Amino acid sequence: MSKVSMTVNGQSVSEDVEPRMLLVQFLREQLLLTGTHVGCDTSQCGACVVHVNGRAIKSCTALAIACEGATVTTIEGIGSESNLHPMQEAFREHHALQCGYCTPGMIMASIDIVNRKGHKLDEQTIREELEGNICRCTGYHNIVKAVGAGAAAMAKTPA
Amino acid sequence: MYAFDYRRPSTLNEADLALKAMPGAKLLAGGQTLIPTLKQRLNRLPGLIDLGAITGLDGISRKDGTLVVGAMATHYAVANSAEVKTAIPQLANLAENIGDPQVRNRGTIGGSLANNDPAADYPAAALALGASFKTNKRSLTAEQFFKGLFETALEENEILTEIHFPVAKRFGYAKFANPASRYALVGVAVAETAGGVRVTVTGAGADGVFRVPAMESALAKSFAANSVSGIAVDTKMLGSDMHAAADYRAHLIGVLAARAVTLAG
Ligand SMILES: Cc1cc2nc3c(=O)[nH]c(=O)nc-3n(C[C@H](O)[C@H](O)[C@H](O)COP(=O)(O)OP(=O)(O)OC[C@H]3O[C@@H](n4cnc5c(N)ncnc54)[C@H](O)[C@@H]3O)c2cc1C
Ligand code: FES
Ligand code: FES
Repeated sequence: MSKVSMTVNGQSVSEDVEPRMLLVQFLREQLLLTGTHVGCDTSQCGACVVHVNGRAIKSCTALAIACEGATVTTIEGIGSESNLHPMQEAFREHHALQCGYCTPGMIMASIDIVNRKGHKLDEQTIREELEGNICRCTGYHNIVKAVGAGAAAMAKTPA
Repeated sequence: MYAFDYRRPSTLNEADLALKAMPGAKLLAGGQTLIPTLKQRLNRLPGLIDLGAITGLDGISRKDGTLVVGAMATHYAVANSAEVKTAIPQLANLAENIGDPQVRNRGTIGGSLANNDPAADYPAAALALGASFKTNKRSLTAEQFFKGLFETALEENEILTEIHFPVAKRFGYAKFANPASRYALVGVAVAETAGGVRVTVTGAGADGVFRVPAMESALAKSFAANSVSGIAVDTKMLGSDMHAAADYRAHLIGVLAARAVTLAG
């Protein structure tokens, strides 16, 4: 076991972990932040996307111990049930989910798109940028609409 | 994943010592290849030596006619670097089309080249541009560096530190992405360098990245898309798998070479 310290959703955490523990296991099993999902074994689905030092990454493809000193934000850290983040609100409003399994990763990836590409996103850009997120239910159309609307809303409500 | 030890050195020298102290251990860069392999238990390692805490390995700069990219520069950093975009714009474009945004945020150029996946994008560019590879021990040419499928000249304890790309007169890269993985089903790079024209192919070679001399001499005579379109590559050199048969790959090489020439301008 080795000690790892990081900031998760604004709180400092310091825990003993095995070197092989993935960041997603650390978040879900050690910190009980089960909003971040695991949908595949191959780093392809994006259900596990979180932000590390402000960048979207796949938490199933990072070791917890390698995130020493990092700032991590998960879906739990961006809004609350009574005060949804504009991107969460856009997903709700546009019915951008069915089973909801992919949604936390989609939302974290979408906020990262806005951080990198700004608030005016055309459909083509959104579709290309969601390359790393797979949804088995929706057929993507409503997700694409939601990301465009959420991006615009984020300009009005600074996150 | 099988259990392993973990070291997080803060200098190259410490990393070198850690490698020597743990025979069989591997370096961890962005982890976008290594972690999936470990997760599938395709590999069992005594330890991982994380390059992530060593400063100065991710710089990107231009020194005269050379673009110098640190091994730990992420695909995102290369894709968005003003230096890369002015020196070799299509190299930035290549990086922008690797995998997906999350992979690009983590994956590094050094990890990609050290891994030498036969379907990876960077090997085609490095061989076409005649890059040289700096390690903590020596300097290697691209010809010396690439050694067939998933194999390079890097020794067990050797750390790739910088890739030096001579700035070419023109350079283009065109890829037909595997729709599932986004790796190159076939990718073709074309460069006009001080040493002549070079055409390289990734994704298709039975033995990894390779050059196409017939296309090189055709382009040396006339650097135009229609110079390469009729030139066929011997299918015996090419891989055949569930993603594509060798003859389909051979066809794509012609199509993509012409596109790469157009992109090179
Ligand atoms: C979903 C997905 C899609 C992808 N799509 C593409 C694609 O379209 N095109 C493409 O080219 N690649 C693709 N990749 C691979 C990606 O580019 C990886 O980032 C890259 O191959 C490995 O880089 P890394 O930094 O993640 O290395 P790691 O996974 O950390 O390491 C890979 C190997 O290189 C060794 N290594 C790393 N750094 C050094 C160094 N400095 N010196 C010596 N050895 C070193 C490691 O020991 C290991 O053996 C994809 C990956 C995923 C998960
Ligand atoms: S669980 Fe991380 S990409 Fe699928
Ligand atoms: S809503 Fe079910 S996987 Fe996307």
